[in-house]
Amino acid sequence: MNAALIAGVIASSILSGTSLLYATLGELVGERAGIVNLGLEGIMLIGAATGFAVAALTGDPYVGLAAAALAGGAVNLIFAYLVVGCRANQLATGLCLMFFGLGLSALVGRPFVGALITGLPRMHLPGVGGAGARLLSYDMLVYLAAPAALFIWWLLFRTRWGLVVRAVGESPAVVYAAGRRPAFVQYQALALAGLLGGIGGAHLSLALTLTWAEGMTAGRGFIAIALVIFARWNPLWAIAGALLFGGAEALQLQLQAAGADVSPFVMNMIPYLLTFLVLILWGWNRQSAAPAALGRTHFGVE
Amino acid sequence: MPRSAATLCLESALGAASRAALVTLVALGAFAALLTAAGKDPLKAYVDTIAYVFGNPYGFSELLVRMIPLLLTAVAVALPSRIGLINVGGEGQLYMGAWLTTAGALSLSDQPAYVLLPVLTLLGFVGGGLWALIAGVLRALRLVNETISTLLLNYVAPMIVGFFIFGPWRSPESASYPQSPAFVDAARLPSFFHTRVNAGLFYAFVCLLLYWLLMTRTRWGLEMRAIGGNPEAARQLGVPVFRIILIVMFLAGGVAGLAGMVEVTAIQGRLVSELSPGYGFIGFLVAWLAGTSAVGIVVMAFLFAVISSVGDILQITQGLPFAVVNILMAVILFIVLARRSVGSAAR
Repeated sequence: MNAALIAGVIASSILSGTSLLYATLGELVGERAGIVNLGLEGIMLIGAATGFAVAALTGDPYVGLAAAALAGGAVNLIFAYLVVGCRANQLATGLCLMFFGLGLSALVGRPFVGALITGLPRMHLPGVGGAGARLLSYDMLVYLAAPAALFIWWLLFRTRWGLVVRAVGESPAVVYAAGRRPAFVQYQALALAGLLGGIGGAHLSLALTLTWAEGMTAGRGFIAIALVIFARWNPLWAIAGALLFGGAEALQLQLQAAGADVSPFVMNMIPYLLTFLVLILWGWNRQSAAPAALGRTHFGVE
Repeated sequence: MPRSAATLCLESALGAASRAALVTLVALGAFAALLTAAGKDPLKAYVDTIAYVFGNPYGFSELLVRMIPLLLTAVAVALPSRIGLINVGGEGQLYMGAWLTTAGALSLSDQPAYVLLPVLTLLGFVGGGLWALIAGVLRALRLVNETISTLLLNYVAPMIVGFFIFGPWRSPESASYPQSPAFVDAARLPSFFHTRVNAGLFYAFVCLLLYWLLMTRTRWGLEMRAIGGNPEAARQLGVPVFRIILIVMFLAGGVAGLAGMVEVTAIQGRLVSELSPGYGFIGFLVAWLAGTSAVGIVVMAFLFAVISSVGDILQITQGLPFAVVNILMAVILFIVLARRSVGSAAR
């Protein structure tokens, strides 16, 4: 492996890790509030399709990005209404949301298959020239990814709102007894989660592939859910996780580009197998960092 | 005068049916509104579907064909759910069942049908079963939650199939569209009455019958229900929880694998990459809506077979992707989830 290849892998792992990081942060906020959302895959798909469609219609990728975030947030509120408002089973509702997202994104994206869009513009870092400029010019979302993780960390661990969110995730009954409404906080957390999931999906279609294809997230939503476990529900660890998985994807792309004689199908498995490996390794550790009330239903008066 | 048990039974069945019809109507309305917003004609699609499905014997037979994988993958979800396991991996298990079936069909092609078909059935079962066993072992060792592992395995299985049909099994005749060589006639599951209705329907009903017998008439079923109720108590009572998790996951995956076996041996006649339009996922919805009752699975599989015909019609007549029909299925489930949960909260 030469230096250019290594640099290429690093550059593209940052690029493909970005959408995972946003999605992981979204799931993490929801799970901190005690809600598992298996429908993240659907939210990402809706973000990718909406972002692409709006960017194609308006010609402005930033408008597309904003629409994707709003669409993700809005659809996640349907999920919130069902699991918080109606106290429906979180796993079944989440899977149902995945189907909903799969179908809705196929409907929204259909007229735009093969459309050409201008992707999110790449920005050069000031003071980096030559070969470095080619490698180190990313779109806005990439530069904002790590700060976003820091921001979510600050939000969860350094603000009063974050304290309440985490308290709801540990024990909704205590929050209820303290005179706050756990349901309201969960709605807020899930709206934020939807925004982030929508952005994660939009980064795929608006910056990475510049196309819309049905089911293009290819399980990234589920990998992001696994990454939350990997990150032990800490936004800062999510950065490392997203880079690791972005790296697995990037390595596969670079090997293919370099003409390695391995079937693309085998290489496509790498991120999934890595996810399994991580889940198994983390599974050995019985000390769980998961929020205590994760996945439970709170009935208001206990 | 006390009413007889039969009358009560009939009344509750009628009540359930009318509620199901109401939910379906509301969902159809919501879906129609969405399609209209997208500039499509939902009413024409509904009318076309009814005309296609119920208008002629062939359309109806296609409904039965579609029910086969739904029934099988629904049993694959219902069985583990009785011990509290959530198997969302029917899709991957279907693909692996088809994969191992193909391995057998291609290497044993000189055998007569009465040898080959039982062997292929077994291989399909084992292929899906072993794939599900991965998730079962990880769960039994309490390493990885089976929901997330079966979901991830769904994405890996089609890649294995893809690797084989683009590589070692690629048929020389298929230049543009990679697929395996066609199976010999002896490896084809028989179809009836000049339709695509095949012996797979028999497999599906045998699996359903065995599932019902297992759950209601055997000691095993009792143990499984005990684990589902309270795993720790079951363990204390000496129920072999570890072993039962492995066996149940293997059997469930095997049943889903049979769906893959039927798909390649009866419908396709070869291994192709687009083997299933998400039967494994639809089967999950079927089982969830049916609440794991065997009769309910049949009713819901029929309903979802009709709904997925809407998807076909939309694809053919209005140029929409088949996946759009997922919206309709999801809305039905959303309504049921909302209603059921509000009810349980009130209790």
